[in-house]
Amino acid sequence: MAEPVHASPAHDEHHHEQSFWRKYIFSTDHKVIGVQYSVTGLAFLFFGFVLMMLMRWNLAYPNEPIPFIGSLLGDNRAPGGIMLPDFYNELGAMHGTIMVFLGVVPLAVGGFGNFVMPLQLGAPDMAFPRINMISYWCLFMGGVTMFASFFLPNGAAGNGWTSYSPLADIALNGQTAWLIGMIFLITSSLLGAINFITTAIQLRAPGMTWMRLPFFCWAQIVTAFLLLLAFPPLEAAGVLQLMDRVANTSFFIPEGLVVGGEVLDRSGGGSPLLWQHLFWFLAHPEVYVLILPAMGIVAEVIANNSRKPLWGYRSMVYSLIFLGFMSFIVWAHHMFITGMGSVMSTFFQTTTMIISIPSVIILSALFISLWGGSIRYNTPMLFALGFLPMFGIGGLTGLPLGLSAADIPLHDTYYVIGHFHYVVAPGTLFALFAGVYYWFPKVTGRKMNEFLGKLHFWPSLVFMNGVFFPMMIQGLNGVSRRLADGGISYDFAGEVAGLNRMMSVSAWCLALAQIPFIINFFMSIRNGEKAGRNPWNSTTVEWLAPSPAPHGNFDQPIEVVRGPYEYSVPGSDKDYVPQAEPAST
Amino acid sequence: MEIPYTVEAHPETGLNNGKIGIWLFLTSEVMLFGALFATFIMLRIGSDGNWAAMQAEAELNIPLATVNTAVLIASSLTMVMAWASLMRGQLGRFKVFGWLTVGCGGIFLVIKYFEYTAKFEHHHYPESSTFLAIYFAMTGLHALHVIGGMAWNAYFTGPGSKVFHTNRQWLTDRVEHSGLFWHFVDLVWIFLFPVFYLL
Repeated sequence: MAEPVHASPAHDEHHHEQSFWRKYIFSTDHKVIGVQYSVTGLAFLFFGFVLMMLMRWNLAYPNEPIPFIGSLLGDNRAPGGIMLPDFYNELGAMHGTIMVFLGVVPLAVGGFGNFVMPLQLGAPDMAFPRINMISYWCLFMGGVTMFASFFLPNGAAGNGWTSYSPLADIALNGQTAWLIGMIFLITSSLLGAINFITTAIQLRAPGMTWMRLPFFCWAQIVTAFLLLLAFPPLEAAGVLQLMDRVANTSFFIPEGLVVGGEVLDRSGGGSPLLWQHLFWFLAHPEVYVLILPAMGIVAEVIANNSRKPLWGYRSMVYSLIFLGFMSFIVWAHHMFITGMGSVMSTFFQTTTMIISIPSVIILSALFISLWGGSIRYNTPMLFALGFLPMFGIGGLTGLPLGLSAADIPLHDTYYVIGHFHYVVAPGTLFALFAGVYYWFPKVTGRKMNEFLGKLHFWPSLVFMNGVFFPMMIQGLNGVSRRLADGGISYDFAGEVAGLNRMMSVSAWCLALAQIPFIINFFMSIRNGEKAGRNPWNSTTVEWLAPSPAPHGNFDQPIEVVRGPYEYSVPGSDKDYVPQAEPAST
Repeated sequence: MEIPYTVEAHPETGLNNGKIGIWLFLTSEVMLFGALFATFIMLRIGSDGNWAAMQAEAELNIPLATVNTAVLIASSLTMVMAWASLMRGQLGRFKVFGWLTVGCGGIFLVIKYFEYTAKFEHHHYPESSTFLAIYFAMTGLHALHVIGGMAWNAYFTGPGSKVFHTNRQWLTDRVEHSGLFWHFVDLVWIFLFPVFYLL
C-alpha cells in the first residue's frame, strides 16, 4: 500500500512480517481463507469421488473382489476384497454428504465467495475477518469428524445422506458422528453467511450501487441468505435426532415400531415425517446453494469471453432473488411418496412448477448472451459453455419429478440420481472448474496451461455423460437406487443392468481425465505463464488489484463509475471498459 | 489494515457492521427456534389427544417458572440500564447493571437446575414422553443460550470494559449488540413459558 505514512494502529503491523502461522494457517485475510476453503473443497471432492469409484466397482461387478485395494479395506468392510452391503451403504451416505457439504459448498461459497466477492465489491476484506477464520476452522473440524467416522468400530453413517428416521435413529453405525460433524458444518455456514451479507451491505466501494454489482456477487448474496435461513432448522433436527440416539427420546419414532421382530422399547409418539420435513426444509434451499454460485461464475465467464454485456442483467437478478425466495416453499416435492396427502402434493407441485420459471429465465439469458458475441474458446469458457446444456438436461429431467403423478413411479429409481447429478456434476462442477481456471491468475499471478485445460475439458464432458445418461435409462426401466448389486437380483433390470459396466468404466475414465487438471494446477503455481493484473481483459473490479493481491487488496482507491459488463462499447478504443476507470470525457 | 464501519455507522445504512451481523444472527436464531416450535406443534397434533395427559404427568412447576419469567424480564431491564449508563459515560453504573444482568441469568439457571432435578427425582426423563422430550430439548437449548449471553455480558462487564478508556463507542456498541441477543433470549422464554407451562 503506497499511502503516505501516518500514525495509525495498522501502521506498525504493516512493517512486521507476520509469522507463518498467522499468515497461512490462522490467517484473517479473506484471500488466504478463500484458498484454504478451495483446497479443502477440492480435496474432499476428490475423496468423495474415490468413494464413488469404489461403489461403482460393486455396481458393475457385484460380489467380485475389488482389485488392488480390496484387501486393504479390512474384514469388517470387504472380507476377501468383496464389498459388504453395509459398507456400500456407508460409501453411499458419505459420498453424498461429503460432495454436498464438504466439496461443493466449501469450494463454491467458502472458496470463490470468500476470495472473489470482496475483490469484486472493491472491499479491503470481509466485514468480520476473525469470524471468517473461525468459520473455516469449523468447516475443517466438521471435515475431520466426517473423515474420522470411517474408522469407528461400526463404520461411518450409512443411512443415506438424507439420514431418514427412524432408521438413522436406531442404526448402530456412525450416525452420531455424522450429526456432530453436521453441527460443525452448519455453524461454519451460518458464520460465513452472516459475514457475506454484512460485507455486501457495508463494504461496497463508493459508486458500487446494487445494480452495478457483478452477477456473481448477487448469486453469493442470495446463497448466503439461503444458508442463513435454511440451515438452522436442520441444526434443530440434528439436535433432536442426536437426542433420539443418545437420550432415547422419540421425536422421530412412532409408537409400536417393530425392529428385528420386537417392539422397540421407546415411548413412541414421534413422527418420521417430521424429520423429512425438517431435513428437506434445509436440503431444498441447499440445492440452490449448490447451483446459484455456479450460475454466478458462468455469468462472469460468459460475459468476459463473449465480449458482450450479459443479456437481461436486471431480469437475471430479479429471477435470482425470486428463486431464492421460492426455494423455501418447494421442499415437500421430495416427499410425494410419503403419503403426506394430495392437498400438500398439489401445493408443492404448483410451487415447484413456478420455481422452474426463474431458472429458465437465467439459463435463457446466458444462452442469449452468446448471440453475436466474438467468443474466445479458452478453457474457462469451454467449461462455462459445457455447463449450459448439462444444467439444461438436469433441469428439464427434473420437471417430471416435480409433478406428483409422474414422480411416484420415478422416485427412488436411478432416474432421480441421473437428474440431480446432471445438475451438480457436469453442471455445478463444470462451473467450478471454469471458476478455478478463470480466477487462478488472480490467486497465483500465473495462468493455467490452455492445452492441459482442454485435455481436461473434452474427456470430462464425454465421460460425465457416459456416467449419468445411462442412469436415466435404467431409472425409466424401474431400477431402484441404493442397491449394492446395481439391481441384478431383479429380473426387470436384466436388459439395462449391463449399462452398469459402461457407467463404471466411464467413471474410472473420468478420474483419469482429472489427471491433466491436477498436473496443471500444481505445475502452473510456479511455472505458469505470468499474468498481469487483468489477463482476461475483464471489466470487473477484482482485476484492478495486483495479482496476487496483497493484504488489503487494492493499491489504488476504487471508485466505481459504471455497470459491470461494459464490453465492446461503441466508440471506445478497447473492447472493454473497466468498472472503476474514470470515464473519458 | 482496518475494516471500515466497525465503529462508525455507514452513511447509507446508518448502521455499523456489528449491528447488521447481530441482526442477521438473530434471524437465523428465529429459524432455529421456529423449527423447534414447529416440531412442538407437529408432536402435539400427532399425539391423538394424549398431550394434556402427558403434560399433567410431567408436573411442571408453574410458580417456579413464573419467578423465572420475572427474573428474565428484570434482567432485560438491567441490560438496557447498563447500556444507557455507558451512553452517558458512567462506567461504574454500567458495571453494576452489567453484573446484575449476569446475576439474573445465574438466578434463572439455578431455578432451572432445581426444576430439572425435581423432574429427574420423579423419573421424568426426556425419554419418558414426547412432551418431556421437547420440553427438555427446547428449555435446554434456551438455557445454553442463557449461558452464552451470560458469558458475553460477563466479558464486556469484566475484562472487556477496559476498552472504555480508549474506545468508548466501540464498547457501547458491543454492549448494545449483546443486549439485542439477551433480549432475544428473553423473548424466547416469553414464548416457552406459556407454551409448556400454561397451555
